[in-house]
Amino acid sequence: MRYIMKSTIFIVLVFLVTGYTCMAQGDTRGNRTIPPVTVKTMDGQSFSTADLTNEGNPMIISFWALWCKPCIRELTTISDVYDEWQEETGVKLVAISIDDSRSSSKVMPFVNGKGWSYEVYLDPNGDFKRAMNVNLIPHTFLINGKGEIVWQHTSFTEGAELELIDLVRKVKAGEDISGKQKDQ
Amino acid sequence: MNNRSRFVLLFIITLFINPTLSKSQNFLGGEVHGSFQLDAQTYKADSAIGAPDVEEKMLMNGFLNVIYTNGPFTAGVRYEGYLDPILGYDPRYKGQGIPYRYVQFQKGMFDLTAGNFYEQFGNGLVLRSYEEWNLGYDNSIDGFRAKIEPVQGIIVKGVIGKQRFFWDKGPGIVRGADGEINFNDVIRKWADARTRIILGGSFVSKYQADEQIMVDESHMLNLPLDVGAWAGRLNLIRGGFTLTGEYAMKYNDPSAINHYIYKNGQAIWLNASYSVKGFGITLSSKYIDNMSFKSKRTETSNALDINFLPPLTDQYAYSLAAIYPYATQPNGEFGYLGQVVYTIPKKTKIGGKYGTTVKLAYSRTDDIQRTALNDTTAIGSPGTDGYKASLFGRGDTKYYEELNVELTRKFSPSFKAILFYLYQVYNIEVIEGHTGEPIVYAHTAVADLVYRLNDKHALHMELQHLWSKQDKGDWAMGLLEYTISPHWFFVVFDQYNYGNPDKDKRFHFYNLGFGYMHESSRIELRYARQREGIICVGGVCRNVPASNGFTLTITSSF
Repeated sequence: MRYIMKSTIFIVLVFLVTGYTCMAQGDTRGNRTIPPVTVKTMDGQSFSTADLTNEGNPMIISFWALWCKPCIRELTTISDVYDEWQEETGVKLVAISIDDSRSSSKVMPFVNGKGWSYEVYLDPNGDFKRAMNVNLIPHTFLINGKGEIVWQHTSFTEGAELELIDLVRKVKAGEDISGKQKDQ
Repeated sequence: MNNRSRFVLLFIITLFINPTLSKSQNFLGGEVHGSFQLDAQTYKADSAIGAPDVEEKMLMNGFLNVIYTNGPFTAGVRYEGYLDPILGYDPRYKGQGIPYRYVQFQKGMFDLTAGNFYEQFGNGLVLRSYEEWNLGYDNSIDGFRAKIEPVQGIIVKGVIGKQRFFWDKGPGIVRGADGEINFNDVIRKWADARTRIILGGSFVSKYQADEQIMVDESHMLNLPLDVGAWAGRLNLIRGGFTLTGEYAMKYNDPSAINHYIYKNGQAIWLNASYSVKGFGITLSSKYIDNMSFKSKRTETSNALDINFLPPLTDQYAYSLAAIYPYATQPNGEFGYLGQVVYTIPKKTKIGGKYGTTVKLAYSRTDDIQRTALNDTTAIGSPGTDGYKASLFGRGDTKYYEELNVELTRKFSPSFKAILFYLYQVYNIEVIEGHTGEPIVYAHTAVADLVYRLNDKHALHMELQHLWSKQDKGDWAMGLLEYTISPHWFFVVFDQYNYGNPDKDKRFHFYNLGFGYMHESSRIELRYARQREGIICVGGVCRNVPASNGFTLTITSSF
C-alpha cells in the first residue's frame, strides 16, 4: 500500500514539474533569482549569495573544483580573454569552488598562482550547489542585470566560451535569451 | 498513513495550489526548480577482469530533486530509486522512495529547517553531513536545525536529529551547536584593520541506547550512552597570508572501528598559505588519533559518520594517477603537505607568449606513535584505554607519500598542453587491507594535449603511463576525444595492463562513448570494460566501478 502511494506521489510530482517547466517556457517568466545561501570567501569569511551582484551588468556563475580538469580548462580559457570581455560587456565571473575541507584551503593559493582575477567563493559542503541544482561540474549560469538566471549549461567543450560571450552580449543588449533556447 | 507520507502529501498540496494562484501574478507566486539524474548500466559477465554475472542484467540509480521557494519559505523533496543499485554502490540502497524532504524558513536573523538537512561545523572534524551522489554517500540528518545571525559577524547554529541509514535512520540521536565570530565585523574599530580574525567553536554529542557487546566470552562492555566531542578553530588573515587551525577532541567512544577501546580521540588540522597574483604556496599538517565518530557503534561501512576526516593528499583526475588513491585512516594518521603554484609570466623567454603554470606538491602520511598502557596490556586491547599517544607523535609505518609536478602551457591559440608526473609510495596493506602485499612504488607520467581545429571542433589526446614493480605492474593508456562545441563529444580510450606480472592478466580496458549536451541537460552512452576509478571526459568527472557493459547517463537541471 505504502509502495503504491509513494509511486503515485512520484508520478504526480513528475507531472507537476513537467507542467511547470512548460508553463515557465510558455510565458516569459524565467525570473528565477539566486537563492540566498551562506558561502565563504577564499580566506574563510562568511558571505551571503544574496549579495552577489554586478550593478546591472551580466554576471556568470561557474561551479568548479580543483580536481575537475575540464573546469580548470574552462576557467583558464576564459581568463585569457577576461579583460576584453569585461571591457566590452562589463561582465563579471564568479567562480564557486565546491572543494570540501580536504582542499578548500588550497583554493586561494591556486587561484592566485594561476593569476585569475575572478571573484571566488568556497562552498565546502555543497549548500549553494544544491540550492542551484548543480549535479555535475563544470556548471555555468548566466545572470542578467536584474539578477535573474537566464541561461545555464553543464560541461565544457573547447569553443564553448565563444557561445557564452555571445549570450553575454545579448543579455547586455537587453535581449531575452531565456525563451528561445534553440540551436543556432 | 505515517508521518512521512503525510508530510509529502502536504507538500504536494502546496505545489498544487500554487500554479493556479501564480497565474494571477504577484499573488503567492513561488518558483519550482530541481534536478534529475539517471545512471543505468548493463552487465556482461567477464570473469577475467572480475566482472560478475549480474542476474538483473541491467541496474540503475536515479533521483529527482524538487525545490519550491516562495519568499522566505523553501521546501524540497528528493525521490530516489535503485532498481537495483549499480555495482559498487552499497546493496542496502536497494529500493525506491523519498529519503530526503525538508521545509526551511529564512527571515531576518533566522534560518530554520525541519526535515533532512546537510550541515558542517568548521572543517567537519566533529560534524559534517553531506551527500555525494557519485559515491553513493548520504548521511543527512533528519530533525531540526536553527541558524541565527543576531548581528553581522556572529553565527550560531544548533542541530538535532537522526542520520539517514540507506532507507532507514541510524539508532543514535545527534545533537550539536556551533558558534562563529568574525571580530572585524563585530568590533567597529577593527572593520578596516589589515588583520582579520575569525574564531569558532562547536560541541556535538550522540546518544545511543545500551546494547550487549561482548569482548570475549565472559566480558561485556559497559558502554557510554552519551558521547561528546568538541572543537575550536581560529582563522587569521593578513594581506595574502592566511593561517587556519582547528583542534578537536572526542570522549570515550568504544566502537567496531576502534576495536572497542575507551581512549579519548583527538585531531588537529593546520593550514598556512601565502599568495600574490602569479604565486601561491600552501603548507598543511594534520594529526588524527581515534577519531571515527558514528551514530551506531557496530557500523563499519561508509555510513552514519557524524564527522569528516579529510585526507591531506591530492586528488587526481587522470585515470592512471587515480589507481592508487589514499583514504583517511580514522584510527590514527599523521600527515603533512606542501604545494606551490607559480605562473611564469607571459611574453618571457621561459613563460612563452601565453605564460606557463607550474604546480609542485609533496605530501606524506604515516601512522601515529602508540605506546602500551602497561606491561601486561597489549596495544589496542578491547575494553581498555587502548594505548597512549602524544600529539604529533609519528609511528614507524609509512602509509602514503607522493610528489607531483604539473606544467600547463598554451603554445598558440589552437594548441595547449599539460605535462604531469607523479611519484607514489602506497601502503596497499593498510589502505586496501591486502594483508601481506608489499608497498607499491609507482611513477606516472601524463601528456594531455588539446588542439582546436576551429571555433567549434577540437581534438583532445591523453597519453599516460604508470611504472611499478609491485601490485599489477605497468600500465599504458591512450585517449582520443573529439568535441563539437557546445553539443557533442565522442571518446575512445584503452588502458592496457601490459606489465602485469601474471601474464594471463594483461588485460585491455577499453571504453567507447559519445554524449550530447544541451543547456543544462546531458545524455551520454558508453560501452566500457573498466576497472574502478575517477573518470573525466566530455567535460565532467565521476567515479566509475569495475564492469563490462553499456552505461547510460542522463542528467538535467531546471
